[in-house]
Amino acid sequence: MSVARWFEASSGVPGAPGVRALSVSGDQWRSAAEGFASAGGRLLALWADRTPAADLTVYAAFAASPGVLVLDLRADEDAVASDAAADAEARYSGLEYSFPAAIRMQRAIADQYGVRSTCADRRPWQKHSEGSAGYPFVRVEGEGVHEIPVGPVHAGIIEPGHFRFSVVGEKVLRLEQRLGYTHKGIEQRFTELSVDEAQRLAARVSADTAVGFSWAYAQALEGLARAEVPPRAAYLRALCLELERVQNHLGDLGALGNDAGFAFGLAQFSRLKEYLLRATETAFGQRYLLDAIVPGGMARDLAKEGAAALEQCIEMLDREVALLRGIYDEHSGLRGRFVGAGLVAPALAARLGLTGLAGRASGQDYDLRVDLPCPPFGELGPKKCGLSGGDVAARVAIRFDEVFESCRLMRRILDDLPPGPHRVAVPPPPAHELGVGLIEAWRGPVLVALTVGRNGRIHRCHPHDPSWQNWPVLEHAIIDNIVPDFPLINKSFNLSYSGHDL
Amino acid sequence: MLKTLRQIGRIGIVTEPAPAADEGLRLRAQLQSRILEIMGRALCIRAVDAGSCNGCELEIHALNNAIYNIEGLGIRFVASPRHADLLLVTGPVSKHMRAALQRTYAATPDPKLVVAVGDCGCNGGIFGESAASLGRVSNVIPVDVAVPGCPPSPTRILSAILTAISAAA
Repeated sequence: MSVARWFEASSGVPGAPGVRALSVSGDQWRSAAEGFASAGGRLLALWADRTPAADLTVYAAFAASPGVLVLDLRADEDAVASDAAADAEARYSGLEYSFPAAIRMQRAIADQYGVRSTCADRRPWQKHSEGSAGYPFVRVEGEGVHEIPVGPVHAGIIEPGHFRFSVVGEKVLRLEQRLGYTHKGIEQRFTELSVDEAQRLAARVSADTAVGFSWAYAQALEGLARAEVPPRAAYLRALCLELERVQNHLGDLGALGNDAGFAFGLAQFSRLKEYLLRATETAFGQRYLLDAIVPGGMARDLAKEGAAALEQCIEMLDREVALLRGIYDEHSGLRGRFVGAGLVAPALAARLGLTGLAGRASGQDYDLRVDLPCPPFGELGPKKCGLSGGDVAARVAIRFDEVFESCRLMRRILDDLPPGPHRVAVPPPPAHELGVGLIEAWRGPVLVALTVGRNGRIHRCHPHDPSWQNWPVLEHAIIDNIVPDFPLINKSFNLSYSGHDL
Repeated sequence: MLKTLRQIGRIGIVTEPAPAADEGLRLRAQLQSRILEIMGRALCIRAVDAGSCNGCELEIHALNNAIYNIEGLGIRFVASPRHADLLLVTGPVSKHMRAALQRTYAATPDPKLVVAVGDCGCNGGIFGESAASLGRVSNVIPVDVAVPGCPPSPTRILSAILTAISAAA
């Protein structure tokens, strides 16, 4: 069955535009996944929930033209899985053959609910339940092969995680990640909060993506409550999203220069980032926009002096970043480290589902702001940035391109900011209906799936960071590179630990 | 090269004055004068993310920029706890990071100081205590100074570090 047919059979979901849902049987679950994979579709997220009747339901969100389709499968209804001879405890069919990124998501569902897929990898993932025997890393055997364990506490000021390198001399044969160290029960915590309190938690899933997660959460909630966000609030949210994108890109561009031995780059870009943070504080009262977005709109309006501070800063950034790009492009030492390092060719990127910023550097030119725009992006007309080089150099170049494009968008927002209220009241949302928020944050698409319970508290909230898809691709990007290039390659992806470990 | 040098010359020095220590942030006073004798004002910090949302890390990073210029005060971040005088710890401490944090603390030579950063480091913050989260940093290792905020500004974090290395009032 073609992708279009699956969409035809589906019904609309409140929240982000273009999202539809369909309840499926085990057979349909498998054939839909195959259909989306062969049509070049992408797996956005995979999660589970227990309905009030205590049945486990597994959800998969796929993106393909013309939109996003969320499938739900009652785990017990998958006959193939219950007949699987290999694993008597498997309760639904894994999607890893169509979408390799599903493996870790399925392992996380097993950690959370004790319900496994048919996938052969049955190791724990988010929860470290392997006991004293230790985590069974895959061993690489052969003459001269040795292992380098790194982390969870890293050498720099970074989030914790463990990397196990198998190397010969300097060359990396295999990298295996062990994440979950920052797992702090975020999804459980959501269920203890009211829908308003949860807005604060959503912003703190991964603070570098505060706007992405808090907007996606608000979008899901407002969709469920049938609340219409005023145009001014939508414009201000888009301003915040682009501010967050530029803040992160500036930080990364500096760190990438530094990791390639060019401390000048770090000094310059972190100076620019600090000025942008200060302009953001003048405009919205906070350096990082953790509490800027509230259900129904924005916590505060943008005053004249705030807009002026941002305008001035954007003009300065446009000029200074162009100058620094010239220096980066002409620096032979930087080119030598960037070009060809951590290569993910477009075909591999498509097969593994590389997404967001890193995907756009490897020929996967998807951007929700263009492909499935929520207000106000339809009016703003963002341009998609895309390259196909797939190496560190391409991921650096994409960041430069996106900084300039975001500056253009922010100027446009400030020029065209509609008058009117910046916030409306949000009525209580109905119980046990699925709402989905979907925002193209700086790393890539952020999805929030939300269901509210009968007591006004959250029944289930699954925040999905694009790092889920990109972490496994990093394991491929490092193959055949040398160990000292790992920090540089890792930084060029700059993936989230907290947003993934939850 | 010429462009690079011209940019360095054009920007000049942008560093701002450092904040003062703040006694209000101190949780416990060790034998401060003896620690000060050993450390002087040349301080090495090991930052440990014990489970944070990465917000405090962003502001700790900012301490290294030219505007706060923490290295200009003789303070620098080091890669190993064995080289460190002070642990700068963000939280909440996740259950999965308890052992790593305790081992990092044990690997830091005496006399050592600990500064807990952020609302979560101070009291567990929005994540609180649960099956997966152990909450505040002082639930796992002894803490000298704790600075609240979500995240605290670089100036507040710097103030907390300066409090830890100044003699208790």
